[in-house]
Amino acid sequence: MNDFFQDRKAKVDLFKKQYRKKKLEGQKVEIPEGLFVKCDACGEHIFYDDLEENLHVCPKCNFHFRLNPRQRLAITVDKNSFTEMYTNIASANPLDFPDYDEKISSYQSETGEIDAFVCGTGKINSIEVAIGVLSSFFMMGSMGSAVGEKITRLIEFASEKRLPLIIFSASGGARMQEGIISLMQMAKTSAAIKHHDNAGLLYISVLTNPTTGGVAASFASLGDIMIAEGGALIGFAGKRVIEQTIKEELPKDFQTAEFQLEKGFVDIVTNRNNLKNLLTNILKLHK
Amino acid sequence: MNSEEKVWEKVLIARHIKRPTAKVLIEYLITDFVELHGDRYYHDDLCMVSGIGYLNDLPITIISQEKGDTTREKILYNFGMPHPEGYRKALRLMKQAEKFKRPILFIIDTPGAYPGKGAEERGQARAIANNLATMIDLKVPLISVVLGEGGSGGALGIGVTDEIWMFENAIYSILSPEGFASILYKDASKAKMAARVMRLTAEDLYAFKIVDKIIPEYNGGLHNEHEKSFSELKKGLISEFNELAKVDSNLLIKKRYKKYRDIGIYEET
Repeated sequence: MNDFFQDRKAKVDLFKKQYRKKKLEGQKVEIPEGLFVKCDACGEHIFYDDLEENLHVCPKCNFHFRLNPRQRLAITVDKNSFTEMYTNIASANPLDFPDYDEKISSYQSETGEIDAFVCGTGKINSIEVAIGVLSSFFMMGSMGSAVGEKITRLIEFASEKRLPLIIFSASGGARMQEGIISLMQMAKTSAAIKHHDNAGLLYISVLTNPTTGGVAASFASLGDIMIAEGGALIGFAGKRVIEQTIKEELPKDFQTAEFQLEKGFVDIVTNRNNLKNLLTNILKLHK
Repeated sequence: MNSEEKVWEKVLIARHIKRPTAKVLIEYLITDFVELHGDRYYHDDLCMVSGIGYLNDLPITIISQEKGDTTREKILYNFGMPHPEGYRKALRLMKQAEKFKRPILFIIDTPGAYPGKGAEERGQARAIANNLATMIDLKVPLISVVLGEGGSGGALGIGVTDEIWMFENAIYSILSPEGFASILYKDASKAKMAARVMRLTAEDLYAFKIVDKIIPEYNGGLHNEHEKSFSELKKGLISEFNELAKVDSNLLIKKRYKKYRDIGIYEET
């Protein structure tokens, strides 16, 4: 009997030793920060350089990582062709909303951007375009006065110069902190799109993850050609709100880019790797 | 800024169960009202009560959001929350009004566009966006009146007009105070607090130069006394439609574009 306990104790000690040893070894081979990225969708650890080379699309499961405007422009416009515009427009605090100024400042230092929209002119395979990108990293890409004004100016500029217009949307919708003034940006941007349309000019709307709410219900849905990136969340109301309203669970593919294609609200769902080619072809057809 | 209690009182009046709904207002304003139904694609969205009739001796198109009176009616009208079909019916009748050169009166009273499964499947976002883009250059005079609740994109979807008027106790906001509180404070019970900071009263919107005119309410609100307010509204509408009729349609849509183009408060350095 005694032997049994001693025997067991020896085994446990050995196990403890090995376990600790493993733990130590694990710490030794700690991965330098930023070298590997874990895929949000499949959990795969991806070598960052591979991910970047694959335009931030998971090589294993095809999940499209969100891009900030600089990353988006870098993979979309020809090298050194982008000239940024309207960098002098920033958010104010029209409702004197508590903590809004601080929030803006903190997003500014976090992202290095003035607000959630970056735009200007650039070339896509040598074709000149007016191009704008919403940033979901800046207050969820929400559209307040500054964003609405920049979008409208870009559209008006494109109309005036008779340039094709491309807007990459990524937004949760209107900016809550600017209340009704933010809501009215939906009308303002849509109005400018209508003028661009009346002038017989091309507008390609690219919906990226996520495009919802007031942005989905305004300029983002008004493209002559509607392109969505694979897997992007696209819809009007939030999934949680809908589930609470109808008291049932929604299917997993609800409000995805593929769902919108099936329902007839986008023309094309594409992989990011094919997007620049696609844009080039469409632009060429409208030259 | 108003106190929390004062603003919340307005929210409650705007949603008061006895507050007259769109059809009561239509009955008061319009003679020989003929209701028109359906979007010609899929369905007739009942809550978007629309039709033609006379305002005084002026033939007009009326597009309104009806919340319903009794519980049965409220369910029938989906509590005034339109589906995409509602916005498409509205769009069809706007184009029809333009064809026959009829001005359009919009009556806004909705908690918001319906956030449902079918509504998403049939393109709520696109339906609203389409209306915004179309309304901006409709070549007939447009006036919208917020009767009770102006709920977000659901209201704006029939609200891009030459003139926006609000009843004194009506509210117009980016989201319901409850929704706003649940997003920003993660707590829907903080709706009262949200309502105040949201600046959703007629007074606030007038100060922001979004609303052009406030229709006074008497005796504590329309649920107590509506005839006097409705009669003032009617007089105002007759005279404003008269004025707008004098404006050349190209100038009218230029002015309308400018009205929305100028909305926004930002810093320019």
